[in-house]
Amino acid sequence: MTDGLSNPEVPVPEELRGQVAITTLDKVYNWGRRSSVWPMMFGLACCAIEMICTAASRYDLARFGMEVMRPSPRQSDLMIVSGTVTKKMIPQIVRLYNQMPEPKYVLAMGACASGGGPFKEGYNVVSGVDRFVPVDVYVPGCPPTPQALLHGLMKLQQKIDGQSIRSVRWYRKEASESIPVPILGPDLIDPRDIPHIKAHAPAESPEEAQA
Amino acid sequence: MSEQEQSTVAEPLEVHFPQAVTPDERKGYQGYVVATEALPEVATYARDELGYDYLSSVTGVDYLPEGKTEVVYHAYRTAGGPALVLKVQVPREDPVVPSLVGIYPSADFQEREAWDLLGIRFSGHPNLKRILMWEGFHGHPLRKDYQEVYFEAENKPFKNRWPEGKVYRVEEKAPLKKNVQYPPDFTAEGWVPEGDAALYAGMGQVVAAEGGNGRALNTDQIVVNLGPQHPSTHGVFRLVVTLEGETIVDLEPVMGYLHRNHEKIGERNTFLMNMPYTDRLDYICAMGNNFGYSLAVEKLMGITPPERAEYIRVMMAELTRIVNHLWAIGFLLNDLGAYFTPALYAIEERELVLDVFEAVSGSRMMCNYFRFGGVARDLPEGVLDVVRELVHERLPRKVDELDTYLTHNEIIRARCVGVGVLPPEDAIAYGMAGPVLRASGVPYDVRRADPYSIYDRLDFDVAVRYNGDVYDRYIIRLDEIRQSLRILEQVLRDIPEGEVQTGKPQYQVRVPAGEAYGRVENPKGELGFYVVSNGKPNPWRYHVRAPSFINLTAMGEMCKGQKVADVVAILGSIDIVLGEVDR
Repeated sequence: MTDGLSNPEVPVPEELRGQVAITTLDKVYNWGRRSSVWPMMFGLACCAIEMICTAASRYDLARFGMEVMRPSPRQSDLMIVSGTVTKKMIPQIVRLYNQMPEPKYVLAMGACASGGGPFKEGYNVVSGVDRFVPVDVYVPGCPPTPQALLHGLMKLQQKIDGQSIRSVRWYRKEASESIPVPILGPDLIDPRDIPHIKAHAPAESPEEAQA
Repeated sequence: MSEQEQSTVAEPLEVHFPQAVTPDERKGYQGYVVATEALPEVATYARDELGYDYLSSVTGVDYLPEGKTEVVYHAYRTAGGPALVLKVQVPREDPVVPSLVGIYPSADFQEREAWDLLGIRFSGHPNLKRILMWEGFHGHPLRKDYQEVYFEAENKPFKNRWPEGKVYRVEEKAPLKKNVQYPPDFTAEGWVPEGDAALYAGMGQVVAAEGGNGRALNTDQIVVNLGPQHPSTHGVFRLVVTLEGETIVDLEPVMGYLHRNHEKIGERNTFLMNMPYTDRLDYICAMGNNFGYSLAVEKLMGITPPERAEYIRVMMAELTRIVNHLWAIGFLLNDLGAYFTPALYAIEERELVLDVFEAVSGSRMMCNYFRFGGVARDLPEGVLDVVRELVHERLPRKVDELDTYLTHNEIIRARCVGVGVLPPEDAIAYGMAGPVLRASGVPYDVRRADPYSIYDRLDFDVAVRYNGDVYDRYIIRLDEIRQSLRILEQVLRDIPEGEVQTGKPQYQVRVPAGEAYGRVENPKGELGFYVVSNGKPNPWRYHVRAPSFINLTAMGEMCKGQKVADVVAILGSIDIVLGEVDR
């Protein structure tokens, strides 16, 4: 691990080579973060079972420093959306996402979380969690095998490696904005959509009359 | 046997109620049509005089062309035997049916579901609220004239989605490009959501209790919410608990957070297309779900699978049972506070069984292996040897290991013995099924009571325990694993060579009009599929009697008077899977 970390662009005296590593702050920072991504203990559906299997002895998530699953969003870095996102559940998911401290990542596990999956046409199904929260990694599969989830997590590590302390959003001056929590009305209401809903309301009624 | 005595002593329904009860004479249908107002009387008679003490399934069917809504009841005798099917027909414009909660408490959640999804009102129901959708949702989605936002056509397979060489996605046609629609008079601004006001109404009231020191002591009842995101709720399930100190006064389960419209999608799908969806009901036991659904459709089609396929089916179903019970025991320990380590022990062997599933079906969890009249493909080479090794070596050792570690463990006994007791008469009344019912001393197992497939030829005992507490519900799962191993030994010994599919495998099966109720003893309890066909390629009605869902009916009863920490253990001992609770 230190091989990848050490990047001596300045000369290091011969006798100190074993003791001193010179690198960039970004690398140390990202190395620490990528090796301790704590997922939120949060299972939605079938994919959660494969997530548990990934954490269990055969696939052993601990190899990646990710075995510490936290039930509280305040202590977790990664939200693995493992299963079908329903309209009844999305307010809670958005709220959990808002409660996670930065830096935070979202991994959409499986077809349902990525785009609705086999249940997309359902009246209570949100076609993809990315309609509401930003997703960093999509893992296809129904459900993805533990290997696929591990691959997704390694992709996330690659993404973390590419980030720089100078440009990440959580060190910017402006406060990070939270996502407005959807409301359960006659159907799911996204507060960001209210102007659209208003604009579409008259257009919808003739269709209703036709049907 | 008392069953025979009863049927000779008591008059059959149509004789006793010549006016109100008529046999259902539609082709392919069975049972009786009961006059709406006579239903409670008929149900009481069926329960008390005819011995149909176990109301298994309540559901509705929307017969749009006839303008009728029908409510279908399936009742059984816990002594065994076939179903008594009662039907009530009401006009679909304003369907009102008398509630049976007073006679069969197991109707509680199922009637709420029928109200929620089909808009059937049950007069006299004590708590007729929506159960899977939220209060305030617009419409009753399982009615045939309800169209979802992403509605494309009445039936699948849909026409080509690449009309002019250009792919289109269904959301492009939706007005808001999202899966939402609003009633025409709806204004989003200033909308006040109903929230959980109805749920919390009447909970957590201040009560005055007499203090010991002469002064009146005011105590608050606290309302505690567990879930839907909570590590001990086994998924997105929510419990609203009213506490007085640590003691539970009232408990209400709230579900629907994983309601993914299984039945509505199932009614658009062709019959075969539903097979992979059944995998995702109780996603720990995909093979068992396949089994139930194939049985229901095979009943309609009037075919039976060849001998080898029957053996393969039973083998898969029993392996599934073992896997499920190992999982349930491991996560019960999780719920008792022994976080994850015991679960690691318990699910170690599960991976090996999943390897078998992957070898035969191509997928670890979502097997989609059964077909109408057989199974999708024969066992690959070497699988039988692997199963033999598992059944004779690994799995018995694992069961003994769990038995040694857990059964006499002091903490487990302290946490489980005498907690969440459910007496046998309550267990029957609430429609509990599977290990929960049998741990209460009711030896009711569909494999024995109403044998399907080759279970009548196999030698096994129905596991039963008598205390009905969390401890017995744990230990009965060990018993059942041992019985499953016994069955598997016989299956491995006797499995014949031959075909695995009746007739030619086909994508579009021809299913004659009629109704069928296929049920299997799934690891969680009686899993039933009620399928109505009108002769077209798609089922007219497709309903799942989900054991996890109905087992929750007694949750409140089991928890009252217990401590708040016991709720988690009791929930773990029922062993629910949310995919099946919410469907």
